[in-house]
Amino acid sequence: MSTAIRKMGSRSLTALAAAPCALVLGVFVASLRGAPRSPKPDANASREAFFEIYKVFTSPRCQNCHPAGDAPLQGDDSHVHTQNVKRGRDGHGVYGMRCDTCHQTTNLPGEHMPPGNTKWSLPSPEHKMVFVGRSPAELCRQLKDSKQTGGRSLQQLLKHLSSDDLVGWAWDPGPGRTLPPLSRLDTVMQTKIWIEGGAACPQ
Amino acid sequence: MTSFFLNGKSVTVDDDPSTPLLWVIRDSLGLTGTKFGCGMALCGACTVHLDGNAMRSCVAPLSRVAGKQVTTIEGLSSDLSHPLQRAWIEIDVPQCGYCQSGQIMSAAVLLKENSKPTNKDIDEAMSGNICRCGTYSRIRRAIHRAAEIAAEKRSS
Repeated sequence: MSTAIRKMGSRSLTALAAAPCALVLGVFVASLRGAPRSPKPDANASREAFFEIYKVFTSPRCQNCHPAGDAPLQGDDSHVHTQNVKRGRDGHGVYGMRCDTCHQTTNLPGEHMPPGNTKWSLPSPEHKMVFVGRSPAELCRQLKDSKQTGGRSLQQLLKHLSSDDLVGWAWDPGPGRTLPPLSRLDTVMQTKIWIEGGAACPQ
Repeated sequence: MTSFFLNGKSVTVDDDPSTPLLWVIRDSLGLTGTKFGCGMALCGACTVHLDGNAMRSCVAPLSRVAGKQVTTIEGLSSDLSHPLQRAWIEIDVPQCGYCQSGQIMSAAVLLKENSKPTNKDIDEAMSGNICRCGTYSRIRRAIHRAAEIAAEKRSS
């Protein structure tokens, strides 16, 4: 057995790289909270910003865990997860096919190895938050519908985007996986513009 | 040094904490019932239990199991009396046998959580365990039979 297979030790470096990003995002979101608000929401700018974040939400790194069915997706082509993996009652799989049966708390080194995060899971069956197949208008309305978001407000959505570890994984997905089209910082910024412009939805 | 419980007994090993548990179990602790298949959590041959839940030991670092309970095929029972072992023998499930310890460990989690699984339940629970010999139909029959044996034990 090769040493490379037996030794899996890049986690600490990944964590070190991720920490400053989280700090910058936190400062950024805090500064936006204190920024002077424009007197009138700009609905056009809001809609334009939503189109930007829509591209992120429907990129493989985000939509693969927001599928239309009850099976997660995988790969840059968003194919159905092999091995007949299911969402389960809590979003963490079924029986001996739980997410953490294979996924560890961090990415494993090497292409095609299971990616990882401490919170690896799908949304719960009560609030599936489907991204796949949603038009921009549909996804926009869904994000504003507290019945579908599990009561999460738009400000909580912003916090979810800026500070949730599992969301952050999308920008640190390990080798062989394409990044979302915007950086996390830009995604948060566009979301902020969308919300402050009145969270306008495309027609 | 990392300590954990292996089949109920406390063990301590000095392997690197990033070493996949499979190699600790097989090479350092000498329990070879758990098999290496793919090394990428794709085939299920290396399945063990961590605190009662299934885990692919080929990709799980030793650090993950520190202080926890690990059960391998050797720990399922001391005398082949586990309903799954009895059913596996009765139906003569294995062909080459290489994947079977992983199959049984996954099936054990299924039966622990669902005492009377349907074919659909079995398919969902066992789809991560690959058998190149194609013993799937016998595996399914054996799981149904194990569920019966367990029910008989409970009622006797």
